[in-house]
Amino acid sequence: MRTAGRYLPLALLLAAWEAASRLGWVPQSMLPSLSGVLALWWRLFTEGEIYTHGGASLLRAGAGLALSILVGIVLGILMSWSRPVRRALQPLVGILYPLPKSALIPILMIWLGIGHLSKVAVIFLGCLLPVVLSSFNGANGVDRTLIWSAQSLGAGRRSILREIVIPAALPEILSGIRIALALSFVLLVSSEMLAAREGLGFLISFLGEAGNYEGMFAAVFTVAALGFAADRGYLALVRWALRWREA
Amino acid sequence: MLGNAASPLVVLVAWESFARSGFVSAYLLPPASAVALRLAEAVWSGEILREGGRTLVRMLVGYVLAAALGVALGVLIARVRVVRWFMDPLVSIGFPAPKISFLPIFILWFGLFDLPKIVMTVFACVFPVITATWAGTDGVDKYLIWSAQNMGTRNRALLWEIVLPAALPQVFTGLQVALPIAFIVVIVTEMLTGGGGLGGGMMEGQRFADSTRVFANLVAVGVLGILAMKGLAFLRRRLLVWHEEVQREGTVA
Repeated sequence: MRTAGRYLPLALLLAAWEAASRLGWVPQSMLPSLSGVLALWWRLFTEGEIYTHGGASLLRAGAGLALSILVGIVLGILMSWSRPVRRALQPLVGILYPLPKSALIPILMIWLGIGHLSKVAVIFLGCLLPVVLSSFNGANGVDRTLIWSAQSLGAGRRSILREIVIPAALPEILSGIRIALALSFVLLVSSEMLAAREGLGFLISFLGEAGNYEGMFAAVFTVAALGFAADRGYLALVRWALRWREA
Repeated sequence: MLGNAASPLVVLVAWESFARSGFVSAYLLPPASAVALRLAEAVWSGEILREGGRTLVRMLVGYVLAAALGVALGVLIARVRVVRWFMDPLVSIGFPAPKISFLPIFILWFGLFDLPKIVMTVFACVFPVITATWAGTDGVDKYLIWSAQNMGTRNRALLWEIVLPAALPQVFTGLQVALPIAFIVVIVTEMLTGGGGLGGGMMEGQRFADSTRVFANLVAVGVLGILAMKGLAFLRRRLLVWHEEVQREGTVA
């Protein structure tokens, strides 16, 4: 009941949308009616079209994101763990971090074509640096006395890494991954709208170019809902993973 | 200083020698020197400045509008109950949703020129500013507000003299989060809707198999990104001189 009340403003907006297009305040060609969009949405799901595109998109985002998380955590922790690695990578990270990663899309299309591979590569490269930086900062911020205590108790480098550094860096790493998660959706949709033969971004621009605006709106809101659900799901996962922390 | 430049130099040399080794065609990977030459030519002819200027103007207009709108909404949400009731669900859904997927809708509404690019930038950047301002305003020390009210401070002065300065560090963090988003979005919208700019130039270069141009624009985009981020961090240090974070001489993330 409380959640229902909380989302009342949203319901009001949706009702205003339906009214605006029903009563002809805005032309149907600019804003299809909500009921029309919902009907198209229903068709996208029942006719199964959305599953092939959604599957392709999730595969690309999942693969790119998983790679960037794996490589990013390893690089970030190595950077804080070893001086030579830090001295080699820090200037590169400093130069590449401010580069808007969407600018890589055309080059990766030249290299890898317009299939799965170029999208996975864009997402991997775009999501890599936030994970590297958060892992580096997290591992760097580990309380030194924890490490010293473990050392004086005779712990080796490997077990210090596994039992102290990684758990202590985890909250920071997890918040870096949240940024990467949001970025992966942006890069996925952008690269698929630019050039693709399947995927949700392709579906949006395809329906738009075909003049099927009801379908386009339905696909846009599907992507937005997916992004929202992914973030909420991830937050729940983080709360579960960090349940050992105080407060 | 030289130590810092070592690994970028290694990357450049590796790029140059790999590109010249004959393993890859100049289309796939133009040599770094060719890209640098192309960039120098484009600077000399003013082409890159024109393209970069267009991108920068679109980005800045959208970003500044998003900043103004985001700060205003963030303060209103934190201080006015009706606004919070109305905006809370919208912000909680809009913040994590991938805003770029709305671009085709904005193209439908606003055409293909500067307007959809700017609207898209505002839409993508406004949410982090709203949430940061909201959290910052909520976190303002209540005793500061009560003391000021007690001494007869009016609402307007309360806003400008107490709430906004106290929330400024968080607001700036939100602005620093929004800046790279603005760049990403402007570049993508230029690629998708044309109209020149660095992103549009990259797509043109790609279509005409002129990969040197694509790489030159990539470097220009990167330089613009670095300058903008450094500029904003500088502004933060200047505007927050009075704040302990600067006086601690800590680095600003």
